[in-house]
Amino acid sequence: MTLLGQFALWAGWLIALWAAVLSFSGRWQGRPELRASLTGAVYAVFGCMVVASLALWYGLVTHDFNIEYVASYTSRTLPEYFVFSAFWAGQKGSLLLWAVVLALFSALAQFMTSRRHADLLPWVAGVTSITIFFFITVMLFSANPFERLAFTPPDGRGLNPQLQNLGMMIHPPMLYLGYISITIPFAFAMAALLSGKLDTGWIQAIRKWTILSWLFLSAGIVLGMWWAYVELGWGGYWAWDPVENASFLPWLTMTAFLHSVMIQEKRGMLKRWNLALIIGTFLLSIFGTFITRSGVIASVHSFTQSSVGYYFLAFLVISGVLAYTLLYTKWDRLEAEVELESMVSREAAFLFNNLILVGIAFSVLWGTLFPILSELVQGTKVTVGPPFFNKVNVPLGLALLALTGIGPLIAWRKASTANLRRQFLFPLGSGLVVAVVLWLLGARSLYPLMTIGLAGFVAGTVLQEFYRGSRARHRIHGESYLMATLRLIGRNRRRYGGYIVHVGILVLFVAFAGYAFKVDQEATLVPGESVELRSPFGHTYTLTHLGVSQFEYLNRFVSQATVEVAKNGVPAGRMSSEKRQHINSLREFEFQPSTEVGIRSSAQEDLYIVYAGSVEGTEEAVYRFTINPLVIWVWIGGVILVVGGIITMWPGGYGPTRERRPVQVGYEAELAGSA
Amino acid sequence: MKAGTKFVAGAAVIIIGVGALIFEGVKQTGTYFLTTTELAERTSTDPTFHEVGIKLGAQVVPGTIRRDAASQTIDFEVTDGTTQIPVSYRGLAPDTFTDDVDIEVVVEGRLGTDGVFQATTLLAKCGSRYEAEYDNEAQV
Repeated sequence: MTLLGQFALWAGWLIALWAAVLSFSGRWQGRPELRASLTGAVYAVFGCMVVASLALWYGLVTHDFNIEYVASYTSRTLPEYFVFSAFWAGQKGSLLLWAVVLALFSALAQFMTSRRHADLLPWVAGVTSITIFFFITVMLFSANPFERLAFTPPDGRGLNPQLQNLGMMIHPPMLYLGYISITIPFAFAMAALLSGKLDTGWIQAIRKWTILSWLFLSAGIVLGMWWAYVELGWGGYWAWDPVENASFLPWLTMTAFLHSVMIQEKRGMLKRWNLALIIGTFLLSIFGTFITRSGVIASVHSFTQSSVGYYFLAFLVISGVLAYTLLYTKWDRLEAEVELESMVSREAAFLFNNLILVGIAFSVLWGTLFPILSELVQGTKVTVGPPFFNKVNVPLGLALLALTGIGPLIAWRKASTANLRRQFLFPLGSGLVVAVVLWLLGARSLYPLMTIGLAGFVAGTVLQEFYRGSRARHRIHGESYLMATLRLIGRNRRRYGGYIVHVGILVLFVAFAGYAFKVDQEATLVPGESVELRSPFGHTYTLTHLGVSQFEYLNRFVSQATVEVAKNGVPAGRMSSEKRQHINSLREFEFQPSTEVGIRSSAQEDLYIVYAGSVEGTEEAVYRFTINPLVIWVWIGGVILVVGGIITMWPGGYGPTRERRPVQVGYEAELAGSA
Repeated sequence: MKAGTKFVAGAAVIIIGVGALIFEGVKQTGTYFLTTTELAERTSTDPTFHEVGIKLGAQVVPGTIRRDAASQTIDFEVTDGTTQIPVSYRGLAPDTFTDDVDIEVVVEGRLGTDGVFQATTLLAKCGSRYEAEYDNEAQV
């Protein structure tokens, strides 16, 4: 089967090259048979990548340990579903996953794009094909998943226990899907530049793709946070590690892009900015892979350092230079159609939102690259860690949160004083009430107070929008309020789905504020001994060490330490944490021992316990206990975000068929109609 | 004043603000990342460097790890191949910190005047086994 996989890679490589050469030569213009060949080539590449992927999966499930990749990431004792997900456990398989998904997206872009944008498609095929060509090149010449060993080991090395987790099965593919799907909007942007069709056509064609890509990135990031929280055992979910930052960067610029395209659609401004932003987002997704795979920056995500990184660096530089040069050559044709009329307008609010998002992205990039930059400039490596990122990003994040509330309230073009009064009274009031209530409850730290107050303001904005929209429908169509709200969302999916995303964002911000009140305590306890922890919400936990038990389970030896929990003196059950030593079918140890944390979640806080080991074979155990306030809201916020995003891109509703619409839409237009 | 000009002024405020935050952030939280040799040189030429918190990246010297579970202290020695420095760390070690031969660590803390590096954080990375690789004469 590896022979077939190998063959499929080479075939895909050649066909992708053909497609790219054909596309960029422009010879397909006026020659339908060549144009059909181009589309056919895109589908054929997808077919080849599917065959290659099936070949690798076949090798994995049949335990063909003669294949280096299979021997490196699986073993006979590994549960089947992890054998399946071992496809993307390592670098070589990840590259193949990347290629097959990109091939799928390229084929879908050719197949599903509306005929109105058909002129762009041959150029799109060229850009996606050259990108796939690059990925297959890396596989064929540097990281071949079908490489065979000179001998066949009796059993594989197994999957790192930290990767044996449900979150780890879905987190990497989600993030990859996000990274990969950025290629499609990028390809359309390039197609617009190459074809000279610089109207909003390309933006309409990619509307769903940008949201899809943003959605996958968001889900991938939140799942990664969840995995880090339950699996890595340091009691947090975000450490500003270079690899985490690498996934955050394209998310930031993509978020900026999602907002700024609205200005181009409605007002014909920001054409250059939007193109620059989507090119930047694509480059950041490649940069993310480069950082992850090259090892130029030390990270806890210690992937094997390999030459693959240098392929990515070359691709990054070449595609960056070409794309920005292309943009520059069309610069004069991308003049804005109108000028900004007022600082008090939605355009201005969106512009500031964009600047802050890009500012955050810049600071994160700067902090991530600082060790390299400082070494180049001063000769001494200087690193910055979480304190740097928090110091810079907390104020910027708060400004962004404020704009999340302001943007939807303010009118396009120029807001009148009456408009401002009508729109801001309730949201500002609700933000103020929330802040005052918190103050009275005894909250005194500035940043958390501001965060939650601003979250109240944003919540007020969204509530007011939903209330007014539903009321208008209730009055005009006589629908019940519930029905009116549901129809309101259904008819304006983009707008109200977007508001739901904003709710997800504000819930996330509140949850992040909770992190400031984390309580940590380490203790060494003999059985029967207990320790007390005081929660920031005022109650006290008493944790009594019961003992350590040892047993063998599935593919591992387990030492399990258990504590009895009492909340304010009332017994509240038991919690345990484990040390696991994984073994293979020959009963040899695989990897280092790993820790399984104990977590008990509630709406207020998580109780998080880590068993760090015992004192010389006795039952005297070393623990770390943590109270993490509001953590559950990170996951809830993530779910709201994704639900809102799905509503936004659900087919139907106001489709992309509509040309530029009048700038005041939604309930205001309906109100005007009913008056 | 035209709205465009006002916007440029607003944008300038944001850009300068971001720049200032980054500059201050680096100044206040930047930490030297040194090898053991670099640290030894620095402290010998400039004794005040003992007071500066730094990150030290080095290899653990095999067989030097002593764990005292009761006080939760781990003592070990690190080297970059030329200079060896003893480290004392109080706290829980990560799973990746084992007695294997090729453990790379990053410790954060201060080099005391007694020559012992007092570490407050410990990150460990096991060079060879995190992502297993067969590096013998593999053939395609």
